[in-house]
Amino acid sequence: MTLAMLPYLLALLVLMVGLYAIVAKRNLIKVIVGLLLLDYGANLILVLTGYRPSGLESGAPVAPILTGGAQGAAEFAARSVDPLPQALILTSIVIGLSVTALVVALAIRLYDKYGTFDTGLMRNLRG
Amino acid sequence: MGNVLPLFVVIPLAGGFLMPLVGRLLKGHKASAALPILVAATLLVLAAALVADDAGRIVYWVGDWTFPIGISLVADGLSKLVLLVVLVISLMALLFSMDYMQDYTRPGLYYALFMLMLAGMNGVVLAGDLFNIFVFVEVAGISSYALVAFGTESDELEASFKYLVLGTIASTFLLVGIAVIYNVTGQLNWDKIAEVIQAGGGLSLPLYVAAAMFLMGFGLKAAMVPFHAWLPDAHPSAPAPISAMLSGVLIKACGVYVLARLVFSVFGADAALGTVLMVLGVLSMVVGVLMAVGQWDFKRLLAYHSISQMGYVVLALGAAAVMKAHGVSDAIVALAAFGGLFHLVNHAIFKSLLFLCSGSVEYATGTRQLKSLGGIGRHMPVTAWCLRIAALSISGVPPLNGFWSKLVIVIALVLGGYYTLAAVTVAVSFMTLLSFAKVQRYILGGKPSPAAAHAREVPAGMCVASVALAVLCFASSLIILPSVRGGLLAPAIDKVILAPPAEGATATVQAPAPADPNVQAHAPDAVDSALRTPHSALEGAAR
Repeated sequence: MTLAMLPYLLALLVLMVGLYAIVAKRNLIKVIVGLLLLDYGANLILVLTGYRPSGLESGAPVAPILTGGAQGAAEFAARSVDPLPQALILTSIVIGLSVTALVVALAIRLYDKYGTFDTGLMRNLRG
Repeated sequence: MGNVLPLFVVIPLAGGFLMPLVGRLLKGHKASAALPILVAATLLVLAAALVADDAGRIVYWVGDWTFPIGISLVADGLSKLVLLVVLVISLMALLFSMDYMQDYTRPGLYYALFMLMLAGMNGVVLAGDLFNIFVFVEVAGISSYALVAFGTESDELEASFKYLVLGTIASTFLLVGIAVIYNVTGQLNWDKIAEVIQAGGGLSLPLYVAAAMFLMGFGLKAAMVPFHAWLPDAHPSAPAPISAMLSGVLIKACGVYVLARLVFSVFGADAALGTVLMVLGVLSMVVGVLMAVGQWDFKRLLAYHSISQMGYVVLALGAAAVMKAHGVSDAIVALAAFGGLFHLVNHAIFKSLLFLCSGSVEYATGTRQLKSLGGIGRHMPVTAWCLRIAALSISGVPPLNGFWSKLVIVIALVLGGYYTLAAVTVAVSFMTLLSFAKVQRYILGGKPSPAAAHAREVPAGMCVASVALAVLCFASSLIILPSVRGGLLAPAIDKVILAPPAEGATATVQAPAPADPNVQAHAPDAVDSALRTPHSALEGAAR
C-alpha cells in the first residue's frame, strides 16, 4: 500500500458509490446519477493506468508545443503519460453521453406515465 | 476477400444514418423496409461468400495502418460462423417487420435503430481488439435499449430502463477489465495479449481479476443466471422481430461469442475459467427452465427458455475449455465445442422462429396470454405449423436440429466423464418439452377462445419469414453430416478452439498453403474421429 495506490482507491470509491446509488436508491434521477458516477469511476481507472510517476522525477514537466527537435521529442516521449488510455476514455465518454441522453429520455417518458420518479410505485422496476 | 470486412460495419452504419431520412421521404411502412432488407440481403451474400471462400483467417487493417497503430478486423472460422447466423436472422426479422410494424409509428426510426444494432453486432464479431469490442457492444446495446422501449408504453419503458441500467453496469465491468488487461500486458489486440499471456506462462492474479470482470460483464450481456434479471422483462417488451433479434442473436454475438473468444483465443482455455463457465451454464440451464414452466405470458416463457438454452451452449464450451486444459484428447474437446456451437446456431434459428410466431399470434389475436388463447390452429395453419416445428425443435425431438445438437452435447459430456451433468442436460430437455406441450395445448388446441375466434392468417411477408426459418430448422440438422460440417463449423473448431492461442495468430501471417489439396480433403477433422471411433475416445476419457 503506497501513495501511488491512492488515486486508484479513490476511483474505485467513486465506482462503488455509483453502484450503491443504483442498487439502493428508489428515485430514478438518483439512479441516473449513480450510473454517471459508475461511468466516471471506470473512466478514471482507465486513464490512471496511463500515468507514469517516473515522468515527473526527472525534472520539470514538458508540455507540447515541442521545440527541441528530434531530441526534444524523444525526451517528451520518454516522460509523457501513455496517450492510448486517454484516447480510449474519450470514446468511452462519448458512449457515456449517449447512454445518459437515452436514459434521461426514458426517465422523462416514465414521469409522463406515472407522474413520479419513485420506482417503488412502478410495476416492474422494484429492486 | 479481406477488403469486404469493413463493409459489414460500414454499410449498416450508413443505412442507419440514411433511414430516418428515407422514412420521411417514403410514405408507408413497406417502402421504407426496402432499404434495410436490401442491406441485410447484400451482407448475407457477402458473408456466405466469406464462409465459402476457404481462405482461413483474414485480417484487415483499417486504413492500411498496421500494428501497433492500426485497428484490425479479423475474420476466422468462429467469427464467420456467427456473422452468417446474425445476418440470416436479421434478414428474416426484417422481412417479418415489413408487415408487423404497421401497428407502430415512425418506421424510419425503427429501421435506423435496427441497422445500428446490426452494425454493432457485426462489429463485435469482426473486431480484432478488446476496446473495439467494447465500443461495438455499446453501439448494439444502445440501439437495443431504444428498440425495447419502441412501443413507449409503461411496461416497455420500465423494461428498457432496467435493461439499460444493467447493461451499463456490464459495460463498466468491461471497461475496468480492459484497464487491468492493458496495465498487465500493455496490449489490446487479442493476438498480442494471447502472446504475452503465453510468454508469461499462463494467468497471473491480475489477469484472473480481469477475467472475472469480463465474465461478469459478458455474463450480464449473455444473461447467464445470476445476471439474468433483465432478460425476462426486456425481451418480451420489444416488438416481436426485435425480440427475435435480441434472443436469437444479440445475446450470442455480444455475450457468448465474446466469452468463447476470450476463453479460447485470449486466456488459452484455462481450467478455472472453464469451470466457472460450466457452473454458469448449468445454473442457467436449470433455473431458466424451472422459471419458464410456470409462465403464462407466451413471450416471457420464451425469454426464460432463451436463458436455459444458452446455458447448454455455455456448458458445452466450458466443458471443452476444462477438458482442453486437462489434456483430454482433442477429439472429445472438439466434440464438446462442436455441440456448443451447433446448438448456438440452432438456438438462433428456432428461438427467432418462436418469437416471430408469438408476434404472428399477437398480431392476429391482440393478446399473448396463454390462457386467453386457444384454437388458433384452425384459423392460422401456417403459423400453427411453424410454431409446432419450432416447439419440437427446441424440445429436442428428432429429426429436428435441436435434437442433434443436444445429442452431441450429451455424448461429449459422457465421453468427458461428466455423467451427472449429462443426466441434468437430458432432464432439462425433458422439462423444455413439458413446457412447450403446455404452449401447444393452450395456443393451438382446444376450442377457439373469444380472442382467437376471429383470428386470420397473418400477411404474406410474416408467413414467408416464419416458413423460411421453419425450413432452416430442418435444414440445419444437416450440419451433423461431415461434408456440411466441414465447411461451416470445422474451421471454427479446429483453428480457434483447438489451436493454442498464439499459434493461431502466427499461422495467419504466413498462411501456409497445403501442398496437396487431396491430403487436406481427406484429413478427417477432429469431430469426425470422435464420432467414428467412440471406443478409443472412451478409453481416452477413462484414462
